[in-house]
Amino acid sequence: MSDALFRFHGARLGHGDATVFAALDLSIQRGETVALLGASGSGKSTLLAALRAQHEALCAWCPQEQALVPMLSVFHNIYMGGLHRHGTWHNLRTLLRPGAADRAEVGALAARLGLTDKLFTSVDRLSGGQAQRTALGRALYTQRPVLLGDEPVSNLDEHQGLALMRHALAAHDTAVVAMHDRALALACFQRVLGLRHGELVLDAPAASLTLADLDALYRP
Amino acid sequence: MNERPATTAAGWRRASGWLLLAGLVAFACADLAVTRTAPGAELLRVAQGFLAPRLLGEHGLGAGELGRALANTLAFAFQGVAFGAAAGFLLALFWHRRAVRAAAASVRAVHELFWGLLLMQVAGLSPLTGVLAIALPYAGIFAKVFGEMLEEADPAPVASLPRARQRLSTFFYARLPLIAADARAYTAYRLECALRASAILGFIGLPTLGFHLETAFREGHYSQGAGLLYLLFALILTQRLWLRARLVPVYLLAALLWAPPLGQGDWATLVRFVTQDLVPAPLARDQGWAALGDWGWMLWREQVGPGLWNTLVLGMAALLLTALLALLLFPLRSPLFGNRLTRWLGHGLLVVLRTTPEFFLAFFLLIILGPSMLPGILALALHTGAIIGHLTGRFSEGLRLRADSARGINRYAYEVLPRLSPTFLALLLYRWEIIMRETAVLGILGIHTLGFYIDSSVAEFRFDRTLVLILATVCLNLAVDAFSRRLRARLRLAREGRLC
Repeated sequence: MSDALFRFHGARLGHGDATVFAALDLSIQRGETVALLGASGSGKSTLLAALRAQHEALCAWCPQEQALVPMLSVFHNIYMGGLHRHGTWHNLRTLLRPGAADRAEVGALAARLGLTDKLFTSVDRLSGGQAQRTALGRALYTQRPVLLGDEPVSNLDEHQGLALMRHALAAHDTAVVAMHDRALALACFQRVLGLRHGELVLDAPAASLTLADLDALYRP
Repeated sequence: MNERPATTAAGWRRASGWLLLAGLVAFACADLAVTRTAPGAELLRVAQGFLAPRLLGEHGLGAGELGRALANTLAFAFQGVAFGAAAGFLLALFWHRRAVRAAAASVRAVHELFWGLLLMQVAGLSPLTGVLAIALPYAGIFAKVFGEMLEEADPAPVASLPRARQRLSTFFYARLPLIAADARAYTAYRLECALRASAILGFIGLPTLGFHLETAFREGHYSQGAGLLYLLFALILTQRLWLRARLVPVYLLAALLWAPPLGQGDWATLVRFVTQDLVPAPLARDQGWAALGDWGWMLWREQVGPGLWNTLVLGMAALLLTALLALLLFPLRSPLFGNRLTRWLGHGLLVVLRTTPEFFLAFFLLIILGPSMLPGILALALHTGAIIGHLTGRFSEGLRLRADSARGINRYAYEVLPRLSPTFLALLLYRWEIIMRETAVLGILGIHTLGFYIDSSVAEFRFDRTLVLILATVCLNLAVDAFSRRLRARLRLAREGRLC
């Protein structure tokens, strides 16, 4: 276990005074794809934030509240994932008038996400699903090895969700993704973590699990 | 690829682009000369004065005189706000009537100093002039603000009452309580403005702090001037400490006893002023309609036209510089940028700039730079830019950025500016009307905006011209107000204006 990418040993996680995990033991290796399951409030978002804090520079971040800039276009919201790769002047120029190379690059990514005809529409004029695909687009455009996602495809239909999840996983070495869709977790991920009231109650290879095993996580 | 942007930001960008263009044209037309040969030397003397302020002594301002000026400043401000708020509240009850809205808009379109110049002709340099010069425009402002508060208040409490014809009871039980807290806070803010206005009325001769301030600076006694300015700052910045709800009746009574709002003139003076002095000269002398036409054309060509043009040029240039300054200044006090030290310094800078009346800033810059439009543009932009920067920065406290958001200039351009744009534009467009109003009045200092011609006509006792020129400022203000409101509605900007 020496080359673990993320590691917690008896860690206390929470926000301010509120403790979510009293003592968490967990390690995640480079190259693993991990699905994070559990009812709302079980600590998924807290765990993701803690993972990000360990390796900020390696992580592409796709948070739950999407946190897009609603008045800017799909293009700009995706491009924002790559702000750190470009110089400030280039970024300022792109805000006013995107160059051909960036249009082509972001445009190709948007095409994969089915957003081609919305590329220069602002996010506040999109449907929930379109906005969510834009948020995923930003994470992909960040071009970092680790994907940390919080329900990145929850607003998409089953078919599209599966295709985009597979695409996103293929684009990253390592991924930890929180979700509610148990079938998707079993179909796409190597390892499944189950959380319940701030405790890790399930940690197993996806191949060894059935949907019924996962149902237990959601029983009161 | 779809190339036509359908973004919300694009609409704001287009409007900003037009305002930018108008501002640039105005800058190209404006007279920006620095006419003083060695502004550095004068600035040095001013700086020395500000570092060694002095309130009493040397140049003949005794403690008694200073005390009287201070008491007058407070008394005019308190009475002005009290009468203005009372009248404004009554008008607000009839806010749904078009006539009331028009009347309120007209009285507030005339600046306190112009009201002062007019009232002085009837009531002399008396407390009545000082009080009414504040109360009249403030009544219009209060009517609008209270009226809009009542309009926007939650209608549910009224709807849930049993249907009865007790309109007055309904009002006091189900409508007034909803706006009471906001109305009180706004009135306190207005008192701060009234203190500035009251001081500035000294520039046209009323015995307030501004009278001595102007004398001191004009005669080069900068230590004395700085002391008086610091006193005004202290008065405004400590308002929160001494303005207590329970003490307000005491203050008001003291204000009424110290400076009873009585004038020097009598009824006959007023009648003569209205029926003779304000009537166009050709009509008063029975020279017929053709002479009136010539008179009107002469007035337009020589005074109203140039005055309007200069006011517009100076105002639009100031609006552009205000916008740029506000965009530069707001990060200074926003928790999203900088560190504790830069925020502390930024706060201080913004407080000083927005506490100093723009009229005084212009007066001060005129002394340093010499007469041209430049001091006026700078003064308006510094004061208004600080106000908008402060309010925009405060609004940015409510923004929640995601954990991986960019930093520095990238954060400013991509995360913060787009989200702040509607607030910023609403504030800027709302302030536009106030900038135009202040631009006109800067003419009293010698910049050739409408106020210059108004001041000259008063000095020549040609009040018929004064009236026409003041009506021209009213028309300009109403036009700008209407245009700004349409633009705000078109861009679907929120009503942020009441903040300033």
